[in-house]
Amino acid sequence: MAMIEVDKLNLSFGEGDDANQVLHDVCIAVSEGEAFGLVGESGSGKTTVLRCLAGQYNHWSGRLAIDGENLGRKLEKARCRKVQMVFQDPYGSLHPRHTVETALTEPLAIHGIGDASRRIDAILTKVGLPTSFRYRYPHQLSGGQRQRVAIARALILEPRILLLDEPTSALDVSVQAEILNLLADLRQREGLTYLLVTHDLGVVAHLCDRVAVMQHGRIVDLIESANLVGCVPEHPYTRMLVEASRHYDRHMADSVAPEAA
Amino acid sequence: MTTTTSPAAFDSTPQSSAQALRQNLLRNLRKLLRNPLSVAGLVVILLLLLLAAFAPLVATHNPLLQDLGNTLKAPSAANWFGTDEYGRDIFSRLVYGSRITLYIISLVTVIVGPVGLTIGVVSGYFGGWVDTVFMRITDIFVSFPGLVLALAFVAALGPGLDHAVIAIALTAWPPIARLARAETLSLRKADFIVAVQLQGASPLRILVRHVAPMCLSSVVVRLTMNMAGIILTAAGLGFLGLGAQPPIPEWGAMISAGRRYMLECWWLVAMPGAAIMMVSLAFNLFGDGMRDVLDPRSE
Amino acid sequence: MTQETQVIQSPMLQVEDLRVSFKTGEGMVDAVRGVSFNLGREKLAIVGESGSGKSTVGRTLLRLHPKSARITATQMRFGDIDLLSCSEKTMQGIRGRRMSMIMQDPKYSLNPVMRVGDQIAEAYLAHHKVPRKEADQRVLTMLEAVRIRDPQRVFRMYPHEVSGGMGQRIMIAMMLITEPEIVIADEPTSALDVSVRLQVLATLDDLVSQRGLGLIFISHDLNLVRSFCDRVLVMYAGRVVESIAAADLDKAQHPYTQGLLAALPSVDARRPRLPVLQRDPSWLTEPIHA
Repeated sequence: MAMIEVDKLNLSFGEGDDANQVLHDVCIAVSEGEAFGLVGESGSGKTTVLRCLAGQYNHWSGRLAIDGENLGRKLEKARCRKVQMVFQDPYGSLHPRHTVETALTEPLAIHGIGDASRRIDAILTKVGLPTSFRYRYPHQLSGGQRQRVAIARALILEPRILLLDEPTSALDVSVQAEILNLLADLRQREGLTYLLVTHDLGVVAHLCDRVAVMQHGRIVDLIESANLVGCVPEHPYTRMLVEASRHYDRHMADSVAPEAA
Repeated sequence: MTTTTSPAAFDSTPQSSAQALRQNLLRNLRKLLRNPLSVAGLVVILLLLLLAAFAPLVATHNPLLQDLGNTLKAPSAANWFGTDEYGRDIFSRLVYGSRITLYIISLVTVIVGPVGLTIGVVSGYFGGWVDTVFMRITDIFVSFPGLVLALAFVAALGPGLDHAVIAIALTAWPPIARLARAETLSLRKADFIVAVQLQGASPLRILVRHVAPMCLSSVVVRLTMNMAGIILTAAGLGFLGLGAQPPIPEWGAMISAGRRYMLECWWLVAMPGAAIMMVSLAFNLFGDGMRDVLDPRSE
Repeated sequence: MTQETQVIQSPMLQVEDLRVSFKTGEGMVDAVRGVSFNLGREKLAIVGESGSGKSTVGRTLLRLHPKSARITATQMRFGDIDLLSCSEKTMQGIRGRRMSMIMQDPKYSLNPVMRVGDQIAEAYLAHHKVPRKEADQRVLTMLEAVRIRDPQRVFRMYPHEVSGGMGQRIMIAMMLITEPEIVIADEPTSALDVSVRLQVLATLDDLVSQRGLGLIFISHDLNLVRSFCDRVLVMYAGRVVESIAAADLDKAQHPYTQGLLAALPSVDARRPRLPVLQRDPSWLTEPIHA
């Protein structure tokens, strides 16, 4: 059974003549334990899909379901136990005035889960941070450490699904590798389902089994990461993304339609 | 500048939340002490507090005791700042007046801070009609000059110290509310707020535990800067006879009473005037320093 | 390689043992610790992670560093000018005229209340005494050169009306209109989408080869640099740990360069885990590889 189902998801902002439709009939099905990637450029609507699942927008139409249950417009507490999110900017996603401990206690307090201290130690160990870090403020952590805290915060409610919004794009290459390894390990150990949004095809191919390519609010291509190795995809847009992730090619630039002002 | 050193290398890793808090406070204090002007402000404010606390010990005379044989005396060894038209010692009156000034400041702050913060945060976070209603009310209050509005309130309530406090508080909350609202608007879409929403936190919890603490620092800074204004408004009301009533040694009222003798006996006006100036300047300087320390953008 | 010999014949820029340190609350911090390189008519990349000092090198060349910085070098020459000791007036004649800089985000580099065309014309007029008409004509030619399709229209636009890729092309036009000899590009395409990035790079590529410029391309993207530049300097903790022809990057000697390359996720190599870079303290001090 599919863990995440997105069926004919439509969303627009604004009304009447100014309405700007950002999602057009987006359909995805992610099975349990799978890592699914959404790639696209800015404005393709990839992050919007994620935010709909996270309950940030409530005027979408279509059907969203998690673990077989249809999602309502409002974000209920039960959904929070199942779905958590990791954000792009590790500097903006942690409360600057909360210590690591406060940040990790908060979700437990909201859901009335006891035994906080032991759980915090366990989760810090799980994401590869020393337990002595629990009294640090975000400004005393490096970017990679912050992202680990953010992952710990997402996992402390023991969700089944992690929504990953460009989790490594603000990090250096070497730190990115560490975080990607951590995410891969966690998925394997905890049986998590990932929905990863990124513009970096290398990252998505590394972490995900299947990838949907989005452009202008539509899914234009669906590929298996394994099939990408050494191959030239058929869809022109996917091909451009794949080639650009491999190397820069002067001739490729001419094949891309010049943008309008 | 190697990537291997952690940014916290110069801070030892705290072992408990109390220690973490202490380190944070110490660092802020160090930052504050680096600025000589704000230290000067802080010293004056501390002096004012000590003066008020130990007024009976510091004062050389009874501030209310009239000595009609000893009126309008220039500053001397017996009366350091001279005497007023009833022969009361001006120095002692200033010392006891500091209690009144502090009473006004603290009461106004205690009313204005929470009210402004609550209205601003609620208005900014929820937006929509809540925001519209609150902000239009705020606009109405802001569109009158503070002193004029306070005058109107005191005129309606009747003169007196407590009424002056209420009147000043009524005019002082809108800027705080606007500030808190602006701050909240910029936070509302921040990832760490979205993260806590996604944890299932109720709006009340988000506002109290996540949004308000972020607004608090700028509100505190603003309040400190406002204290100068509050002192001046209080003095203004006192001067107009609508604040503290005689014989209470309120600084503004002292200037008001002394102005009739200003040309011959300058100390009647100059001494309380200097006190008002010094204290409001001190709060301004201290507020400036606080902004450097507490402003999240400066970190 | 012909490229390499050409560099030796005509180095436009010579930097030897450049050191930059900043004063902070916690004492002096060394951002650049002994960087040496020559630049000819080539595309030279400076790559490194955040904090490696790569951007500081670029800024120091144009004397754009903050006042608190302390700079020393055995040599920092641009043609026959000593960049270390020359007057601020000389520097003003160089900056933007003979050596210019393209920043990461055009949004912050363009004046929001001035038309695009006027800004480019102003950049030109600052260094050339020509009638305004002629300057405008040059701007239009330049906009065409960066492959903007409707230069007349873009000339009259305000920065907020143009897209990110267009903005970056306008920046390139503005920086190249004075016909500099050296262009320093600090992560010029990091803020851009893949397809837009391709076109901006192609524009830069064409202009650099047509006009025979020296380009210093500061980036964190090894994959891009490998195919876009001629030569690569790899910086780590303020030092160049390796200088290598871009085409030979696969044969990099230094473990840091090797580690960075290996840590890159790729569509073509499916690995269950990415090798994690193990930092060796000796990298901070060891002598530099040729």
